[in-house]
Amino acid sequence: MRLKDLPEEELFLQGSAACQGCPGSMALRVAFKALGRNTLLVVIASCISVLQSPFPVSALDLPVLNMAFASGGAVASGISAAVRRLKKRGVFTEEPTVLVWAGDGGTYDIGIQALSGAAERNTNFIYVCYNNEAYSNTGTQRSGATPYAAWTTNTVSGKQEWRKDVAQIMVAHNVPYVATASLAYPMDFYQKMQKAKSIPGTKYIEILAPCPPAWKFPSEATVQVSRLAVQSGLWLLYECENGHTHYTSGTARLIEGRSSAKPVEEYLRMQGRFRHLFSPEKDEKRVGEIQERISGIVESLKFTAKMREHIMDLEIMPRP
Amino acid sequence: MKIIDTANHAVAYAAKLARVEVVSAYPITPQTQIIEEISRLIDEGIMDCEYIPVESEHSAQAALIGASATGVRVFSATSSHGLAYMHELLHWAAAVRLPIVMVNVNRAMGPGWNIWCDHQDAIAARDTGWIQLYCASHQECVDTLIQAFRIAEDHRVIMPVMVNYDAFVLSHTYMKVEFPEQETVDLFLPELDPMWKLDLDNPMTHGSVIYPDDYEEVRFSMQQAHGNARKVISEAAAEYRVIVGNYHGDLTEEFMTEDAEHIIVAMGSIASEAKMAVKQLREEGLACGVVRIRSYRPFPVEELQRVMRGKRTLVVIDRDCSFGLEGALFSDVKAASYGHSDARAYNLITGLGGRDITYGLLAGAVRAAVEGKAETVRWPALRLNEHHLASKRGVEAAWQGRQKRSAS
Repeated sequence: MRLKDLPEEELFLQGSAACQGCPGSMALRVAFKALGRNTLLVVIASCISVLQSPFPVSALDLPVLNMAFASGGAVASGISAAVRRLKKRGVFTEEPTVLVWAGDGGTYDIGIQALSGAAERNTNFIYVCYNNEAYSNTGTQRSGATPYAAWTTNTVSGKQEWRKDVAQIMVAHNVPYVATASLAYPMDFYQKMQKAKSIPGTKYIEILAPCPPAWKFPSEATVQVSRLAVQSGLWLLYECENGHTHYTSGTARLIEGRSSAKPVEEYLRMQGRFRHLFSPEKDEKRVGEIQERISGIVESLKFTAKMREHIMDLEIMPRP
Repeated sequence: MKIIDTANHAVAYAAKLARVEVVSAYPITPQTQIIEEISRLIDEGIMDCEYIPVESEHSAQAALIGASATGVRVFSATSSHGLAYMHELLHWAAAVRLPIVMVNVNRAMGPGWNIWCDHQDAIAARDTGWIQLYCASHQECVDTLIQAFRIAEDHRVIMPVMVNYDAFVLSHTYMKVEFPEQETVDLFLPELDPMWKLDLDNPMTHGSVIYPDDYEEVRFSMQQAHGNARKVISEAAAEYRVIVGNYHGDLTEEFMTEDAEHIIVAMGSIASEAKMAVKQLREEGLACGVVRIRSYRPFPVEELQRVMRGKRTLVVIDRDCSFGLEGALFSDVKAASYGHSDARAYNLITGLGGRDITYGLLAGAVRAAVEGKAETVRWPALRLNEHHLASKRGVEAAWQGRQKRSAS
């Protein structure tokens, strides 16, 4: 299946209030194609609350419940329980997919408790975090997802801490499906959404969402920035089914040695939020720290992959 | 069926009779027994319902909103800090117009930790848009909960309803309760017919951005719903009386008000002490009566205007304080009767954090008010013990010591 084979029906309608090059609306468009009409959508306080357009119009052609910031996982629990009841009563012949759409603020920070609770209860729903690594909707403040050294309006000389990794926190919840995705690899994202739809229980999918106004790059470069994040090894594409992780698409190529990692500097230089790392002169220390960290992760993944192959070759454990 | 049990267990059974389909709840004293009992009823196959053991009250309310928006009847119970923790979503549930019903067992707010009764928790949630009903007996808790679904789901209303009753005084004491038969309840409470829901055949967006051009109309519609609720609450009480047989009043319950010159206004179980006080005061020759507020929101404005006409004294008992002003109920009753009554108005702020209030204390305070010997706002049960004074002295000594050290 190729991009041109995706369903033609658009559930993300024209005329939304999104910025040019908005990664959120691009992600929604692909996700809606993967899930189809039989979907109940919860939108958590984020740019999507705004870009769906104000009352009385809507760019979202699905039943939508907008909800408060900290409530994503919980409201899905309620909808999912009600759906079970209505299915029992014969109201639904085919059970609709419950989709929660939240940003990194609503996921990493204020919403992590509700998400964790819903995951621990293995609530039957898909949670998508579109991660633009900041509170873009309120004018770009740092979140738990903001990367080290990035400028935001409340980290003006660059964030001092490394971001946390909620996808891995979700893996630690032992939910049936966790995946990461990128706008530069839409088929990978589409297939992960479709797989999530077919699995009962909690599914967590996080897509990196380079945001032109917050990250300060030209609005036509959203996909290019997305691709460089993967090609540099900074953003890893993988899926974890029942605890078994395998890397996909561009990240798989990196780990298997089929392509070599691009220097992260290329990625950083594209974005105004890292400008202080290169102007007036290059901040060798911080750029070096970022590169070292990424290289370390990619090398360790390569090593693990090799070790696994080696163990498989020894035939001391069955191949999956 | 008649049983002798706590109000908490009785209310759990009432929720079953109301054919609740989704319950989400988080434990908090003194409410916990309700959700324990419901989970047991579900587990043993007695109650056909989904139970979501959420990880916080904020999530409890969020789950109710989600389930109710999908088109099923929902229920939860909370208290005190739990109600405060879900405060944001109380606003949400009311403004998105969902017929959610929830019990709040009235408990004091911390710190210090206090699990006993007062009304501060619900009063602090007053302006969220929720209908607030207050009960004064075990039987009334059961009957009001069943009525609450009728009121909330009425298409003239479509507003969430909070059924309040007093911690421990009602929640944990054992009293006789009579339950109607399931068929009787079904007759009174028809199947939920949601006014709106997340509808796959007619996809709509709910709760998105709304500009100043439209926002005020939404808030006005909430005020209209409360206006309609006045009639619907009375209708529900009247019809329940016909179908089930029990009646506890409409928006208010009046006790010996007709020939009274002095009116005591109270909410919740303390109204029972007020009734006892009235009996004693009448023996002493003071013509007193009680108005018990059953519906705090919508507020019984017309009822109070009618009752207060020509009365000499008004004494309002508050188990709460709107700090910096006076008891919240006192303000409301005065506002409602403004221009309709020349009665001198007095406020008793008392029974906070479970402080035991006897009818004798109330009678004394009312007598003082009638005789014009009381301050307008009084805390009649206040007593500064040696340990209050000792801790006050200790804080002062430490403060003075610190000032001395910083001076030197």
